[in-house]
Formats: sequence, structure tokens, C-alpha cells
Amino acid sequence: MIYQGKQKIWSDYQKEIPDDHWFYVRSCIRQSFFPASETHFVKIVRDLLGKDLYETPHHTTCGGIAYHSDTIPQETAMTIVARQFALMTEAGYKNLVTSCITSFGNYCEILETWREFPELEARIREHLWKACRREFEKPEYVAHASDVIFKLRGEIAERAKYHLVSRATGEPLRVVEHIGCHYSKMFPHKGVGGAEYPCVLSGMVESWGGQVIDYPERRHCCGFGFRQYLVKANRGYSVSNTHKKFESMEPYHPDMIITNCPGCPYFLDRWQYVIAEQTGKTYGQNGCGIPALTYEELAGLVLGYDPWDLGLQIHQVGPEPLLDKIGIPYDPNRKYLGLNEKEIMKPGLPTVLKCC
Amino acid sequence: MDFGFKLSPSSAVNLDTVDHRRFDRLAQLVPDALTCIGCGSCSATCTASAWTGMSVRKVLLGLQRGQDAEVDKMLSGCMLCGKCTMVCPRGINTRQLILTLCRLDKKGEMVR
Repeated sequence: MIYQGKQKIWSDYQKEIPDDHWFYVRSCIRQSFFPASETHFVKIVRDLLGKDLYETPHHTTCGGIAYHSDTIPQETAMTIVARQFALMTEAGYKNLVTSCITSFGNYCEILETWREFPELEARIREHLWKACRREFEKPEYVAHASDVIFKLRGEIAERAKYHLVSRATGEPLRVVEHIGCHYSKMFPHKGVGGAEYPCVLSGMVESWGGQVIDYPERRHCCGFGFRQYLVKANRGYSVSNTHKKFESMEPYHPDMIITNCPGCPYFLDRWQYVIAEQTGKTYGQNGCGIPALTYEELAGLVLGYDPWDLGLQIHQVGPEPLLDKIGIPYDPNRKYLGLNEKEIMKPGLPTVLKCC
Repeated sequence: MDFGFKLSPSSAVNLDTVDHRRFDRLAQLVPDALTCIGCGSCSATCTASAWTGMSVRKVLLGLQRGQDAEVDKMLSGCMLCGKCTMVCPRGINTRQLILTLCRLDKKGEMVR
């Protein structure tokens, strides 16, 4: 194929991401899974890079988690989303940025549904007015927060204090990137690189010096799958999914995993403990696991934020071997100190998985 | 530790580790085995399939995946009526294929 043809086809897989002026909506579950990630997204984008990022304390869950768990109908989720749009309109913004992949999928699905069925949008507007006397305009752009970091990856690389390179060998770190299913599998044109070649995370990794691993189950689900996990009787499906991914990536000896979804880092992190307890097998070096980080945590590490301020102590898999490999300094005595320098509770240690 | 749930055994087939000797020997003895397009006409017309699970299509697929136990179980259900031979669009002599296969062990050696 001629070069121009390739360029034209690739241009179909690109996504327009606004440069500035975003209305940011947080995730309902990420703050309990990895509490510092969203805070550091705001610190990096607004405070460090000086962009206009606005968030309001009045926003709520988007209802996506309940919708995908079959506990609320889509009309209810639509009305919740309509209220978020109303908050955005009242604040004077037109670019919506979501922290959560499922929220991103939920917003995209609702906007597409309204485009196909305008009468449904009119009904939701009526529901919203009756419920809270609010009106809204639809966003001009909907982006996921990882799209924003992807767009700003060059600026972050310019300010980087550390690169994803082994301090001992000078070789790039081997990174597994895992993209949440609701990012571009539902609406391929809404994601950078589409459903076939999503490069939102691989772009960050390569910009910051790492090497992305391509392994057979790269696009397989992390195992969350909502009801596969939320119903306890189904959790065998969830952990089996994750196990399949780890078995597939193991021969490539990854140094770390980077994700852009609330559920993925949680399950790729926590299930390593369960798999180790059930099978006696660990996937990292010397009995440790493979650290699974969010893209905000990785950006924070690259920019030189303190690992414990980034909340890496909340992960099941200890991040110390990765920090040592990159050469990031850390104080082990501060690992379990809270923001007020008082000690938070220390977790019990697993019997198989080695946690530093 | 009992979590109340456990890992399900993986159904993944690693083709790099599958022993192909039985299928390769079959293909030598009945070269038509390589012309199967997996259309399933044989399975659709099979009298025995309803209660034994016999399916020539699945037999050939199972052989290529190294699932010998499942293949032998299916073969034991065949009544050699030959209806599958009559409907095969590629003209494969499935009856001969089945009889030949029954004489081959897992290593592709002729045992009967």
C-alpha cells in the first residue's frame, strides 16, 4: 500500500481532542480503589501544565456501573447523565472529560442513542426538568481523561524527571498496556486508534521511554465484567479471565502494567494475590507480582511525584521493585503514613505473593 | 485459602504443543481428509449424532486440536451407515475415513 493511502486510513482512526477548557467528572469507584489518581490528574493538568480544568462538587455517579450491572434502566442513567450535562452547561463548558472508562462509554452510548432517537432525548429533558428544574446543552466533545494525558504526553515528557528505562541496564522497561473495554470497543471512532489499534496508552509509554509488549491476549477483558465479579457465584469467571491474561503475558516478562479504567488496575492488581493463593504462582520476579498502575500514577512517577503521595501503597502488588528499577527514591518508613503524617493501618501480608 | 470461588480450567488449545501424528497419518492414508471444509453436512445428516454426539466435522477438528479422547468417544458412536458420505459436498469417503481412523492409535501407528 502506498504511504499516502496508509496515512489516510490511519487518519480515520484519530480522534479530535480539545486543547483546553474541560469540565471534569470524577469516577464513583476510582477514589476508593486508587484514591490519589484523580487528584494527581488535576494537579498535573491544571496546576502543572496550566490548563483550564473545572470540576464541581455537585456531580454524582453517571449511573453506568448500575446500568451495566442491570440494576437500573437506561432511562434512569440518561436522566443522571442529563443532570451532569446541566452542571457542565451552568459552568459554561462544552468539553466533557470523564475519569472513568465506563462513564465515557455510558456518555457516548447515551449521546448516540439520543442522536438515533430524538424523542427519547426530549423525554429525558422533561424528566430532568420535573426532577430538578434543570436544562442542558449536549457537550461538543466527550473525551476520556487518558485522551487528555495522551494529548499532553509530549509536555509531560519535556518535564520528566524519570524515564521508563532500567537504571541498571539502560534498556527500556517492558510495559503491558491494558485498555478498558468501554473505551473503544463500543464506539471505535470515539477512541484514539479505534478498537483495532488503540494507542492511547502505548503512545504515553513510548513517549516516556518504555517499550510496549504485544502479547496474544492483549485485548482480552481484565476480568471485571461487572456481573462476573459483582455476583459472588460468578467470580470464578472473573479470576479465570485475569489468569488467562497473566498466563499469556508471562513469557514476555513485563516490568509493569498500565491501565486506563477503574476496574482494570484493581483486578489486574488484586487478582494476582488470589491467583497466587489458589495456584501458588506469581508473575513478577523473585516471587513478587507485576505492578499494575493507572496512567495518572505513571505520569506522576515520570514527573517525580512521591510514590506514596501517588497512593502506590494502596496497591496489592508492591511497587518497590519497579521504583528501584527506574531509580525513583522512596522512603520505606513513610509508606503507610497518611496526609497528616499519622500512620494508617498496615495490611496483612499474603502467604504466597511477596509484597515488599 | 477458600475464597468461595475458584479458577475455571482453561479451554485454550496450544497448537504448538499438539501432537499431530495421528492426523498426519490419516491424511497420508485418506488424503481427502485435507479437503474437508467443515460445512457440517455430515453432522446434520448423522443418525447417531442425536444421542451419541458423533460428528465427522468435530472428529476432524478434534484431531487437529489433539483431543484424542473426545475423538475416540465420538467414533465409538458411529454406526457406519454412510449417510454422511452421500451428502458430503467435497465427495469425501467419510466411511473409509472413520474406519481408517479407528485403526490408528494416538501416535498414528496402525494397531488393527
